[in-house]
Amino acid sequence: MLDDFFIRALVAGIGLAVIAGPLGCFVIWRRMAYFGDTMAHSALLGVALSMLFAIDVLWGVFAVCLLVALLLLVLQARGSAGARLFSSDALLGILSHSALALGLVVVSLMSWLRVDILGFLIGDVLAVSRYDMMVIYAGGVLVLACLGWFWHSLLVATISEDIAEAEGLKPKQAELVLMVLLAVTIAIAIKIVGVLLITALLVIPAAAARRFSSTPEAMAILAVVIGVIAVVGGLFGSLHFDTPSGPSIVVAGLVVFCLSLMPVFSKAPISVPAPENEEK
Amino acid sequence: MLLAENKNLIDLQNIGVFRAGRWLVRGIDLCVRSGEIVTIIGPNGSGKSTTAKTAIGVIKPDEGQVMRTDGLKVGYVPQKLAVSAAMPLTVRRLMKLGGGQRRAEIDAMLAMTGVSHVSDQQVHFLSGGEFQRVLLARAMLGKPQLLVLDEPVVGVDFAGSLELYQLITKVRDETGCGVLLISHDLHVVMAQTDTVICLNSHVCCRGTPELVAENPEYLKLFGKTAAQDLAIYTHHHDHTHLADGRVVHSHDGSVCQHDDHGNEKGK
Repeated sequence: MLDDFFIRALVAGIGLAVIAGPLGCFVIWRRMAYFGDTMAHSALLGVALSMLFAIDVLWGVFAVCLLVALLLLVLQARGSAGARLFSSDALLGILSHSALALGLVVVSLMSWLRVDILGFLIGDVLAVSRYDMMVIYAGGVLVLACLGWFWHSLLVATISEDIAEAEGLKPKQAELVLMVLLAVTIAIAIKIVGVLLITALLVIPAAAARRFSSTPEAMAILAVVIGVIAVVGGLFGSLHFDTPSGPSIVVAGLVVFCLSLMPVFSKAPISVPAPENEEK
Repeated sequence: MLLAENKNLIDLQNIGVFRAGRWLVRGIDLCVRSGEIVTIIGPNGSGKSTTAKTAIGVIKPDEGQVMRTDGLKVGYVPQKLAVSAAMPLTVRRLMKLGGGQRRAEIDAMLAMTGVSHVSDQQVHFLSGGEFQRVLLARAMLGKPQLLVLDEPVVGVDFAGSLELYQLITKVRDETGCGVLLISHDLHVVMAQTDTVICLNSHVCCRGTPELVAENPEYLKLFGKTAAQDLAIYTHHHDHTHLADGRVVHSHDGSVCQHDDHGNEKGK
């Protein structure tokens, strides 16, 4: 019989995979993997600050992630208008690791608290409470509903921001919504996979789904399925081999991704109409 | 004239866009009425795309005023568009994103632009010309009041360009929409263009294609040889070329292989 904590982790992880699938597709399509990484790394600073001010970790992480995302948006927008000294790549590198380092420093400064840093870095299934499960499912419904509402404008904005703007779809607004949804997802994912690996949960299932999909919607749904497989496989693996939950889930995802690259799974080649002159 | 169909869709007055320490364009006046085709020509970097983007509100001008009809529906085909290969996207799905939900409408529009044979393919596998046609079809699907086409014939061969220009004219005639067209291709300016605006960060000259071709400002900008090449195509072929290489004869509408008719060179 499975332990109670394990069932909780399983239920929470599956919920997380369902949110991460469609969101992860946008992370891939919009080349935001490093962006997501930066937000996730800043989550540790959120953890530290919430402990300092004795508030729920969830809110601290959400606030800091969102702040960092907005900071990046502002920096990038300013950079594109004027002469830019640093590429957004360099900016992300600076912010991402500074936020992580700052979080680690602040946590260690609070010597009166006993904090399981490793748990926050790579996830800790034991830490998933009933409350966390509720948060994941409530947050998940919210995130997916929002994503569904903005799906059309986000898709058009991803294909071309100019077309979206010209057709009155407000791409900037859609982009902001995506940031907020990412921040929420990171905040609720932190206990399962940890700040270092949240981006992997977003990116790997979506990437594995790419080859088998012919429309954006198919890819989003398939990413959910693959994410669930990774979570279930990873958590059972973590139980069996006594490995940390976060890395185990990511490794399971990696296995699925590698399988997806196998030539065996190649679909029938895209149908090309036979050249007309063959009819002669 | 104060006819309803001739109302101003967009009216740019003394527009200036200032970026990175210099004026990309300045002092631009531009007006497109419904049923009118306005073509902007100019060399690379002359601010053609900037002007078009300002007209549809993608860029906010630093100077001057942009007036647009309330609730103006714009169909826009940008100059460059690269859909990330990471996003699976069939032509049909891309068309649906244009606002047309009905399959029949989508099929009709794809047939009109001559690309029905690619409707179930991934957009990443299309040739440049096919993709341009699909984008044009997508833009027209939403039944826009104003079509803004930034270099719509880039990557389309010569015969295909003529055909696309004819198509744009046909759409204008049938729907009465206004068209703002951008081209750096001086060789092919549509005869159906009502106004040509010759741009080089400012408006050098404007008028009918014939007038602009004789304007000294235009000659200075493009050189006399280029100006002599400014071809205004008014003649009609007895056939048109489909995107897949087949030929439609206009007298009876029959479709045949390109090789089947041998006299096309002797027109």
